[in-house]
Amino acid sequence: MLFTSYGFLAFAAVFLLLYYTVPKKLQWSLLLAASYIFYFIAGPEFLPYIIATTATVFLSALLIERNAVKQSEFIKEHKEELTKEQKKEYKDKQKRKRLTVFVLCLLANLGILAVVKYADFFVSNINGVVNAFGGEGNLSFISLAVPLGISFYTFQSIGYLTDVYRGTVKAERNIFKFALFVSFFPQLIQGPIGRYGALSETLYSPHKFDTKTVAYGLERVLWGYFKKMVIADRILVAVSTMIKAPAEYNGAYSLLIMLFYTIQLYADFTGGIDITIGLAEAMGIKMSENFIRPYFSKSLKEYWRRWHISMCSWFREYLFYPVSVSKPMQKITKFSKKLLGEKVGKRFPLYISTAIVWFATGIWHGASWNFIVWGMCNWIVLMVSEEFEPLYKKFHEKFPRVGKTFAYKLLCVGRTFALVCALNLFDCYRSIADTGRVFFSLFYAKNWNIFVDGALLEVGLTVTDYVILACGIALMIIVSLLQRKESVRDIISRRPYPARFVIWYGLFLIILLMGAYGIGYDASQFIYNQF
Amino acid sequence: MKTSAKKWIKFCVSAVIVVITLWLLQCLLLPKYVAGTVEGAFIAEYYDEVKDHDVIFVGDCEVYENFSPIVLWRDYGINSYIRGSAEQYVFQSYYILEDTLSYETPDAVIFNIQSLCFPESRNEAYNRMSIEGMKWSSSKVNSIFASMREEERFLDYVFPILRYHSRWEQLKSEDFEYMFKTKKVSHNGYYMRVDVRPAENVPTGKPLADYSFDSRSIKYLDMMRELCAEKGVELILIKAPSLYPYWYEEWDLQIKDYADKNELKYINFLELTEETGINYNTDTYDAGLHMNLAGAEKLSRWLGEYLTTELGLEDRRTEKELAARWEEKTAFYEAEKKYQYELYGMNEKAD
Repeated sequence: MLFTSYGFLAFAAVFLLLYYTVPKKLQWSLLLAASYIFYFIAGPEFLPYIIATTATVFLSALLIERNAVKQSEFIKEHKEELTKEQKKEYKDKQKRKRLTVFVLCLLANLGILAVVKYADFFVSNINGVVNAFGGEGNLSFISLAVPLGISFYTFQSIGYLTDVYRGTVKAERNIFKFALFVSFFPQLIQGPIGRYGALSETLYSPHKFDTKTVAYGLERVLWGYFKKMVIADRILVAVSTMIKAPAEYNGAYSLLIMLFYTIQLYADFTGGIDITIGLAEAMGIKMSENFIRPYFSKSLKEYWRRWHISMCSWFREYLFYPVSVSKPMQKITKFSKKLLGEKVGKRFPLYISTAIVWFATGIWHGASWNFIVWGMCNWIVLMVSEEFEPLYKKFHEKFPRVGKTFAYKLLCVGRTFALVCALNLFDCYRSIADTGRVFFSLFYAKNWNIFVDGALLEVGLTVTDYVILACGIALMIIVSLLQRKESVRDIISRRPYPARFVIWYGLFLIILLMGAYGIGYDASQFIYNQF
Repeated sequence: MKTSAKKWIKFCVSAVIVVITLWLLQCLLLPKYVAGTVEGAFIAEYYDEVKDHDVIFVGDCEVYENFSPIVLWRDYGINSYIRGSAEQYVFQSYYILEDTLSYETPDAVIFNIQSLCFPESRNEAYNRMSIEGMKWSSSKVNSIFASMREEERFLDYVFPILRYHSRWEQLKSEDFEYMFKTKKVSHNGYYMRVDVRPAENVPTGKPLADYSFDSRSIKYLDMMRELCAEKGVELILIKAPSLYPYWYEEWDLQIKDYADKNELKYINFLELTEETGINYNTDTYDAGLHMNLAGAEKLSRWLGEYLTTELGLEDRRTEKELAARWEEKTAFYEAEKKYQYELYGMNEKAD
């Protein structure tokens, strides 16, 4: 069920109505039922996967916590009798038990993800390697349908399990409540990847109908639909036309593809997240933000702190930190320091840890080499920037005023945006060869006249489409600029009712009349659904 | 209490504004079918009629372009109406017939069987033209469900603004002019064309792997037959004299068998060119696909004779009220005829 389908709109409307009609203590149960109905509609064959993840993670977390409680009780009870060594030995033994449960559960769930999402990728690579060495690589593909939102709910569950293992959150005792945390339907499709500690605060609590809360939530939903249907799905027509024929659309077109796809990706993904967060907000549930005006970032490092925040922080917290402090990494640190000297050797483990994170980020986006290369390109740019950091610092020390000027800031924002556009090309083509061909064709392009000879009207967009897009993008920029000072919804809420009504209803009419939906437009699913 | 009342007033006023503006927008954005592709207007025009017809035609362009109810009235006193639209499929014809028979019980229903070779809808635009003009009823709902293609959604029929939302780019003055009340474009469902384009190089049919009509088409034909039998209406099957799409002999035999088996009358006008006097050099406006006015009037004369002799339909020209209505229709018909002859630079005698 797509967010943009009538089915979803009806589902969400009926659900909201029931949510505020049933007794408050039943609200979370209704939400669970709705989430499972939603998942069932997406494909009843996917239910066993989400149930398996829910059950294994729930039980493992309970076992881990029970063991931790048992351990502290035992030590408390035998505080006087046990020597320091005995205590340590006992603690280590219990820790190993917890670790075993943790690792087994992790492997089971990552295993499911690997099989359904990555098995065919591995098979094709094995076949490729065997063929390259003159053999006959004909391992058959598994071709399993990827369950809806599997990457999101698996990562969310693993995050919870890790938090319980680390003792930073208490294990949920009610399996149904935990099932809701895993399957919460607005976020199931494309995240954000919720943290149990934060989400559980409002997910299970009763919510009284509050006009302001519901209106705020629905306003955000409306804004999400505007971005998705008026901008993303409109520009998609041109993007699809151009990326379908890389032999025809290259050279100067590459610039257009990079720009258009970057706009589409932003409008599509942030639009989807706005719908998710807005819908949750209308239920009184608070979700963490996933974007903070990412295209205003002055460096790629900053961009990755502002784009898909929940995924980036997940990788930072549950992959980067554990890898950085792991025993093998400590050994590598020692070895590299010895080999490369203190200064360079100290940085070497950082490179490896971040390389692992970016490899994982790449492959998380899709089972294909272009995503891996995309991830590694990000890593290279980030590491090079890191190395140039002292140089930048020296420059700013020498010219302290330059860094504060608007022109310099604009230059940095423009540079980062251009970099993001170029990196997004990997996402566009899903083929490294095509990405490379199209990207490098830019440097020997001879077709710059496309910007003036009317060729832009032959990529599936009319003059009206360009006008709508220009106005829509301008509106997104204005809203982003306003958001720097305060919430736009707060600004609107201070206006008298007629003005508020004109804004809401006007936005609704814009979506209704200018939305790229229905016959004539391909029903496009959100880009991040597939991750 | 005061605040609560204020809130309700705000809510009600907002709701009224929303409903009115959406309704106005829908009226504006719906295609008006008053110029160019006028076929989309035919189905709705029926509801303005006084419903006491002797004969109802049901079918696609092979009925609404090939028979003139004016001639049937003028020459035989038969009060008839054509309920047809572009590429009207057999299932749509069935539901349109069901809809028509809920208003009146004619003596005969004439159904053109060309559409039997299309068991499924082939085009959303044609679905719209056949269905949108129908008044809401169970027949319309069933017709929608029987017709919808994969890309179509029921809700788009209930709220057509969802389908035509992007038409604001193509709005013309006529969209504003006919926003609330449209003008008549057909002559009791007949679409007049006076121009001539002789039938030359008529494509012949390529051999088919299977000549049997799809069971879905036959199912709706059966339903049509049963409905007519239940209402006591004579169902007459016809094949209009359109030279293409090619009408295969194998198809014709099946229809003949079907008609014989069910004791229905079947007229294949392709076999009656001599009797009807159809001349494919002068009586068609699109090289044999449809009849022009001259052809339609010839066919109607033959059919009028047939209906009078075979079915014994009475001449109703003596009914004053009815005659007055037809007088008005005839005037509109003649005016249109004159206009078209002038438009195409033709001499009226040339027909």
